Amino acid sequence: MLKYFFKRLLQGIPVLFVVATLTFIIMRLVPGGPFDQEKKLPPEILANIEAKYHLDQSVGVQYLFYLKQLIHGDMGPSYKYIGRDVTDIILDTFPVSITLGLLAMLIVVGVGVPAGVWSAYRQNSIVDQAFMFFATLGISVPSFVLGTILVWVMSHKLQWLPPALWEGPRYMILPAIALGAPFTGYIARLVRSSVLEVLASDYIRTARAKGLTEPVILLKHILKNSIFPIISVLGPLTAGLVTGSFVIEFIFSIPGMGSFFITAVTNRDYPLIMGVTLVYAVLIVVANIFVDMIYMWLDPRVRL
Amino acid sequence: MNILTRLSFGFLGVVFFSAVFAPLVAPYSYETQDTLNALATPNFSHLMGTDRLGRDLFSRIIYGARVSLFIGVLTTLLALLIGTIYGSISGYVGGRTDNLMMRIVDIVFALPDMLMIILITVMMGQGVIGIFVALTLVSWVTIARLVRGEVLRLKEQAYVEAARALGANSLRIVVREILPNILDLMVVTLTFRIPVAILAESTLSFIGLGIAPPFSSWGTLANEGWKAIKFYPHLILFPSLAIFLTILSFNFLGDWYRNYLDPRKKSLI
Repeated sequence: MLKYFFKRLLQGIPVLFVVATLTFIIMRLVPGGPFDQEKKLPPEILANIEAKYHLDQSVGVQYLFYLKQLIHGDMGPSYKYIGRDVTDIILDTFPVSITLGLLAMLIVVGVGVPAGVWSAYRQNSIVDQAFMFFATLGISVPSFVLGTILVWVMSHKLQWLPPALWEGPRYMILPAIALGAPFTGYIARLVRSSVLEVLASDYIRTARAKGLTEPVILLKHILKNSIFPIISVLGPLTAGLVTGSFVIEFIFSIPGMGSFFITAVTNRDYPLIMGVTLVYAVLIVVANIFVDMIYMWLDPRVRL
Repeated sequence: MNILTRLSFGFLGVVFFSAVFAPLVAPYSYETQDTLNALATPNFSHLMGTDRLGRDLFSRIIYGARVSLFIGVLTTLLALLIGTIYGSISGYVGGRTDNLMMRIVDIVFALPDMLMIILITVMMGQGVIGIFVALTLVSWVTIARLVRGEVLRLKEQAYVEAARALGANSLRIVVREILPNILDLMVVTLTFRIPVAILAESTLSFIGLGIAPPFSSWGTLANEGWKAIKFYPHLILFPSLAIFLTILSFNFLGDWYRNYLDPRKKSLI
């Protein structure tokens, strides 16, 4: 298992390399440099700054320099947050983003799976139709729309929960819901169709015929067999939660990687943009590996 | 066809009609400033109220539909075209070509979508063209994978073999024999990808990295409304509603069409 993990990790390196290279190329093609300002800097000062950040060298040299730094785990200094390294900023903001993502994931799985199972058990009942209607609503509502509605109703009108910032559990509720809701609807629908398929199979009839109690059938036979489609979407789901979080961080002014990414893009803070992009890519690669490993652990037929 | 599907068809029909005939449908131009009535709440002369500069929100939403729908529909169609050509070649030729072509797809697929869209948009310059290119570049891979899988499956069918025996060349086989058989699948994909594109564009515009003035999409309008949400919630309510209902309608239509093609699967709703 461990060997497999590292093997997959090695396979992920080309992807990360491509991401790093693409981001680098894209960033250098962007019109406007990081030190373009409303008020023009004196050329001597500009030259000094550019020399400090190696911006005076050719793009090829800059690229090699960047890669060399990266291999040493150093993502260079931020251009805009003077005196701070990109690595520092990411270490500060990463825990915030990952907390938000995990909370959203908790909502997605904690609400989506039971809702889907319940719907399937009561197929075509009122409960089922209501759940699936809300699931489609959830899928269709953009997280920024849900986020703004939540802020307006829960914070401005009812004043129950804070509309912004990140200073304790109370601050986490609205963002996590806004981020998780679309995926919850998606998972609920997926679970429902998967459970329906299992419910119709012969071994469930056998289990009932030999007198197993319903909870045992549900846990040992139905859930275990209908969980695979869900696990296989957990990878893309993680990617969606991770990259979806910057909109939520923007709305709720959460000091996570996403907020910094948006500011970095508008500021042309190359090292920060590349750093955040790479961290996101690593997250997605690692999440996919974990998903595959869970898959194999649950289904021994899938070989390492 | 159930009531939700009918409503969805109707709603999208109205939205498309007003987008195409915006100058006829909209009560005001999108830039007329009624400065005496700035920040008005919805009333009879301004159905959805007015913004900070006194511009009629209803008219701006109608004109915004042009940008949002144009981007959503056209990028998806373009992605479908590229994906279909790429996927058909990869699947039909097979072998080493297929392997190489799919490796490229795998890499593009592994890139985080939204990040790439943002980076490409910034590179191309914020605007309709930038978003257009970014969305297309990111979304063709899904379709290429799908088409390739289907082509792989269908090219072994007896009727394809029969066509080959009759002397049809590869192009003819792919275009006349194989592709018509995945047309339904493409229509389903279209109904599910268009809302994804609309969502991506509006999200970008909402965080201020998408469509830039003088154009405005529903996302840009929502962004303007967000700044004043506490006191003038109608400014964000109506653009959000437009985005939400459009995406919802597309999803209902997609569900309906998928069930229509495969009646064995009980309708989801």
